[in-house]
Amino acid sequence: MVDAVRTALARALADDERVLVMGEDVGADGGVFRATDGLLERFGSRRVIDMPISESSFVGFGVGLAAQGFRPVIEYQFSGFIYPGIDQLVNHAGRLRNRTRGRITCPLVVRAPYGAGVHAPEHHSESPEAMLAHIPGIRVVIPSSPRRAYGLLLAAIRDPDPVVFLEPKRLYRSVREDVTDDGVALPLDTCFTLRSGNDITLVTWGACTAETLAVADRLAAEGIGADVIDVATLRLLDIDTILASVERTGRCVIVHEAVRTGGFGAEIAAQLAGAGLTSLLAPVQRVTGYDTIVPLARLEHEFIPSEERILAAIREVLAYT
Amino acid sequence: MDVLYGNRDDNRDDSTSLPASSPVASFFIGFTRYLAADGRALHPFPTPVAGRDELVRLYRAMVLTRTFDAKAVALQRTGRLGTFASSLGQEAVSVGVGAAMRPDDVLLPSFREQGAQFLRGVLPEEILLYWGGDERGSNYCGPREDFPISVPIGTHAPHAAGVAMAFQLRGDARVAVCVLGDGSTSRGDVYEAMNLAGSHHLPLVFVVSNNQWAISLPRSAQTAAQTLAQKAIGCGFPGEQIDGNDIVAVVDRVGAAIERARAGGGPTLIEAVTYRLSDHTTADDASRYRNDAEVSEQWQQEPILRLRTYLVGQGWWTTADEESLLRDCSEQIDHAVATYLGIGPQEPTSMFDSLYAELPPALLAQRDEVSVLHRGVVDD
Repeated sequence: MVDAVRTALARALADDERVLVMGEDVGADGGVFRATDGLLERFGSRRVIDMPISESSFVGFGVGLAAQGFRPVIEYQFSGFIYPGIDQLVNHAGRLRNRTRGRITCPLVVRAPYGAGVHAPEHHSESPEAMLAHIPGIRVVIPSSPRRAYGLLLAAIRDPDPVVFLEPKRLYRSVREDVTDDGVALPLDTCFTLRSGNDITLVTWGACTAETLAVADRLAAEGIGADVIDVATLRLLDIDTILASVERTGRCVIVHEAVRTGGFGAEIAAQLAGAGLTSLLAPVQRVTGYDTIVPLARLEHEFIPSEERILAAIREVLAYT
Repeated sequence: MDVLYGNRDDNRDDSTSLPASSPVASFFIGFTRYLAADGRALHPFPTPVAGRDELVRLYRAMVLTRTFDAKAVALQRTGRLGTFASSLGQEAVSVGVGAAMRPDDVLLPSFREQGAQFLRGVLPEEILLYWGGDERGSNYCGPREDFPISVPIGTHAPHAAGVAMAFQLRGDARVAVCVLGDGSTSRGDVYEAMNLAGSHHLPLVFVVSNNQWAISLPRSAQTAAQTLAQKAIGCGFPGEQIDGNDIVAVVDRVGAAIERARAGGGPTLIEAVTYRLSDHTTADDASRYRNDAEVSEQWQQEPILRLRTYLVGQGWWTTADEESLLRDCSEQIDHAVATYLGIGPQEPTSMFDSLYAELPPALLAQRDEVSVLHRGVVDD
């Protein structure tokens, strides 16, 4: 998937001279995950810009550039270092259009690898999407396959408003898929239905898509059909696709890696309770990371929702009468 | 071992006769003042602030700003304006910054720079509308690229670095001017912005309006640094101090820094030493933390009195001129107030309408809810 990210960045740089790629070690080093490998050589140091370690201000620099008509794509090396930048997302990037009534806008993209599962050091494995999805005026987009990484990143860069683009780094090298570099963006604010079935709706995003799809395949072998919905854009949420599915299946399990309390699954469950209650045949269940710190490498796999945990929740929901 | 001394000058004399430690860097912070508090010219004024016309223009702009501030405070006290931050005593800094900039430069103000904003074409009624609680007040009809007031302290400094980076990348001969307060120099993102300005040699001028008080925290408790100007040194570009109540010094030194940046000379930090004669905002009571004697003493230093004394001494300003100016300013501000008070509130649904380029379907139901609450129908 990291190749798809790089291909999309190169395509955006080639297509639009306003696009800049900025961050720590994005130049000669090619990024710690090599997402920007080769871009410096191809586009030069005025387009691919190595920055001092100013994690509070990366977004702020981007606000100034975006206000002047550039389209900065800012890389945080890991989502664990994005928190100082949240001040700028909340106080400026997300509200500049609104507070100037459209006079100054902020078309920037903040990219960050996120999530556990690659035996990274401390602070490198969290999933902060819910706190980001709480910010008005921005979008939060999470791809779950190389093709969606390519198409959604192009869409994020072309979008006239700020987008936080979280890349599940567990999928960077584990998921391979041919991606045609055709410059075609995928729609934002839209869920993707990855499997169709009439018995249960499985809602997920990011790296958990892998386990959820694997579970759906196991269910299919038993003759149980599951809708698998990749939410993809958390803010702004396409609840209609989820509601339509649950209307058909009556049962829903939400799977995400982030901690449970206040996680984005809670928002989806609340919206299902509000607008989908009459469709539901069973309580909505969540399979998530625990309400703990993500353990260091030796135990991190215990934190990530496993196929077995997902399957157990599904069986409980299917059995409910 | 050499790796430990990566930045040392390779040409240094390594003879054993030198002491183990020797200076590798030194710095100097200059202070500039032309016009003394008693209105005397201490040095010949530099062009373009030497002649009557320019000095009178600056004087008028400072008096207009003071008139505006007094009126805004009065509006707040009578319930017709929200919280407001007066620039009383600091008019020379903001007016001087505004006068030193070119129209196509970009101003990134803090929240006490109305004097600069007026010179750049922001309307008094727009500033009133903003503090009156209406976002449209930041949709300036004049300087379209100037940033709106930044309420969080110093968070606009990175924006200034981004704007300056845009100028540099495009090869524009334009400069970003970021006005900060003394308190902001303790913030990390101000340092980050200064650091980037230095490392990327950006066309950016930081003006620190040091009014001695960050709400209740005095300058002495803000930092142990001798000057705020020297914070630039650590970021690799010059810093200097000026008498911020001397508009001649402000226009001269800020102007020189702006033109140096325009010519590719990189950033400058100018610490303008001034004093906040007002409360922090209308929500503050400065008598809780500072004594009257200090404030009384500072009234002898303020910028408008000293320029008037100079102008009168030169025979360039008469009592009649003064009366006429006060009348003009009063009329102009009264007109702005009438315009402001005549602007009706926005539709409640407006809170949705500038959030994204297009209203997202996900927000439509909430917008409709507001519309129905207030109009009984779903509007368009």
